Amino acid sequence: MTVWLYGVVLAVALAAALLLVVDLVRDRAAQDSHFISLAVLDVVLLGQLIGGAVALARTERDVEGTVFVSYLVTVFLVPVIGAFFSLAERSRVGTTILLLAVATVAGLELRLWDIWGGRHG
Amino acid sequence: MAELQHPLSEGWGRALVFVYGVFAVAATGRSAVQLGMEPDRALLAYSLSLLAAVIYLVATTCLLFGGTTGWRIAGIAVTVELLGVLSVGSLSYLATDLFPDRTVWSHFGQGYGFLPLVLPFAGLAWLRHTAPRAG
Repeated sequence: MTVWLYGVVLAVALAAALLLVVDLVRDRAAQDSHFISLAVLDVVLLGQLIGGAVALARTERDVEGTVFVSYLVTVFLVPVIGAFFSLAERSRVGTTILLLAVATVAGLELRLWDIWGGRHG
Repeated sequence: MAELQHPLSEGWGRALVFVYGVFAVAATGRSAVQLGMEPDRALLAYSLSLLAAVIYLVATTCLLFGGTTGWRIAGIAVTVELLGVLSVGSLSYLATDLFPDRTVWSHFGQGYGFLPLVLPFAGLAWLRHTAPRAG
């Protein structure tokens, strides 16, 4: 898994988080711009899922394949599930849920990097 | 049975269900990997990982479905969770030889941004807020 792909995911996640934090402070409900930013993040995560699977097939590193792929799939699903939860709460709770989803993505990315590096536990 | 003052899974409850759901998946995944790969390496730690997974799953389900029964069971689950994270958190510092590998609750959830320590307090606060009306 290349460093730049990982960097793009974190950069997009950070941008989305900033947008959400700013609108949360302004007491804004979840809105189109938020969902678009999560959609962009999810497109990048789909790219990571495909790129990660290809990289796993090619690598000779000691990577736990099943764990790695399940993380790739989970991290892709988190923004989708978060968006569904958020759609049911059109208030700042909805915005908070989107922010929690982005934070979860960031947390999973850090673990993903460890797993790719062969560190467990 | 007395009604809840506020539906469990609506408003901030929905954000809580989301976070509990994330931890349910995280703890289940962790214990599956740990018990699936080398269960004998740290049996106590891995059993506690499994217990944490079950607790998070029960809490998530109860918060999601709500009702007075859901509220009661969620109360028990969140209390066990609080006791678990406090005792495993302390023991992981005091008796390091008991834990050759980590659990979700080790070092008060340090590996998860200390959220496992914060979560039961958030859960109890929410349960208090939604508590059934007296009588």
